Amino acid sequence: MKLKLRIWRQSGAEAKGRMVEYIVDGISEDASFLEMLDVLNEQLIAEGADPVAFDHDCREGICGACSLVIDGQAHGPQAATTTCQLHMRKYRDGDVIDVEPWRAGAFPVIKDLVVDRTAFDRIIAAGGYISAPTGTAPDAHATPVAKQDADAAFAAAACIGCGACVAACPNGSGMLFMAAKVAHLARMPQGQPERHTRVLGMVAEHDASGFGGCTNTGECSAACPKEIGLDVIGQLNRDFRKAAAKAA
Amino acid sequence: MSTDLKPRKAAPAKAGGRPARSPRLRSSIGLKLVMAVSGLLMVGFIIAHMAGNLHVFEGRESMNDYAHGLRTFGEPLIPHESLLWVMRLGLIAAVGAHIWSSVVLTRRALAARPVRYASKKPAKGESRHAAATMRWGAAVIVLFVTWHLLDLTFRTVNPVKEVPDAYGAVVAAFAPERWPVTVFYLLALVALGFHLRHGIWSAVQTIAGPDTRWRARWQAAALGVSVIVVAGFAVVPLAVSFGLVN
Repeated sequence: MKLKLRIWRQSGAEAKGRMVEYIVDGISEDASFLEMLDVLNEQLIAEGADPVAFDHDCREGICGACSLVIDGQAHGPQAATTTCQLHMRKYRDGDVIDVEPWRAGAFPVIKDLVVDRTAFDRIIAAGGYISAPTGTAPDAHATPVAKQDADAAFAAAACIGCGACVAACPNGSGMLFMAAKVAHLARMPQGQPERHTRVLGMVAEHDASGFGGCTNTGECSAACPKEIGLDVIGQLNRDFRKAAAKAA
Repeated sequence: MSTDLKPRKAAPAKAGGRPARSPRLRSSIGLKLVMAVSGLLMVGFIIAHMAGNLHVFEGRESMNDYAHGLRTFGEPLIPHESLLWVMRLGLIAAVGAHIWSSVVLTRRALAARPVRYASKKPAKGESRHAAATMRWGAAVIVLFVTWHLLDLTFRTVNPVKEVPDAYGAVVAAFAPERWPVTVFYLLALVALGFHLRHGIWSAVQTIAGPDTRWRARWQAAALGVSVIVVAGFAVVPLAVSFGLVN
């Protein structure tokens, strides 16, 4: 199939960017979206032009590296799907497709479609972990966890940290990402000792990084490739309220 | 790329190593709590106000007695208009807190996306209309409340100046020849309805953080309250405009 692409091109962090049009032809409907961009880049390299920079790694939907806003939707039109798992059979010959980077002040563009997501690492470093003595691995059943807690923790831990929630949020909020980690650890016995300092530290870092607040529109959840629900934000709000009251 | 993972700005510590209280109140969740609590207080007022308005259907005497009762509530144990002044001061505080927190959060939200997307997509979240209606709707509601106070509280723009005649003021406000007032009132109610439909469950989500099943129930409850409030307010001007109350 033949497609017209409009892609955000920006040569560097400080450079001014703009949408640039490209035509790609002979795209198989079995190609993934990223493979379609690979074809475009081979074409650009053959022409001696600068290929389009975009993030990708595992290309099997689990690493969280790919990060494209396709026609205004983080990870494209298909629900519960990362960009790398989106296939060209979703498109028709002659389609015009807009491709932009995640847009957030906290995620500055490095080049073209690649953004700096270090702010997420800082949020994790501010409390999204447990402190545990090292040594040999504990026995599997040494610390019992109720089935429903294990399931809820596992669902929250499915977050791959891609940042689609921020990209989709009308307020550029990182709340779903932060809440997924808070909810994951809040359901586990290992997460209890640092539960309150975790939530206060992470929220302070989230705000300092320049993410916006949550208005509960649910766009984050709808865009999340791992379908993490708004219930994790509820858990975050609850834990924050208790931690703030206790620390006061 | 920056690889410095140290938190950029820790909350400033008070003596004793505890982080200060106000940064938490001014955090994105703290501000949301302020907005949620002040919003729910106003919802309580709005429901009481809507129910009180329905006295108009019982006739002039009942409506005016109700308005008089609000002023003389608790007399002679407590001074004249005590209840009214508690309500007024509480409302002013709630409105102030609600607007303050929303302005701070809106400014942060706008700063959090300095470059906008070139292509737009239709919303697909749980509260699809929220991003489009909460902030503009709030502006409509502020304009409406200003007019409403001048019309039916201070009577600046109302032909009936006698304070005890609440019934007469309502009938004059929505007289058929003042139809633009009625249309504005109804439009403001639509804005209020959308505002409550999202605002009520959003407040519960912020304060109590319900699980998925209870969130759905609260969303349904918010819709129910919004419909009841809008309908309860709308019947009064409509009844006056169409001559059912005169």
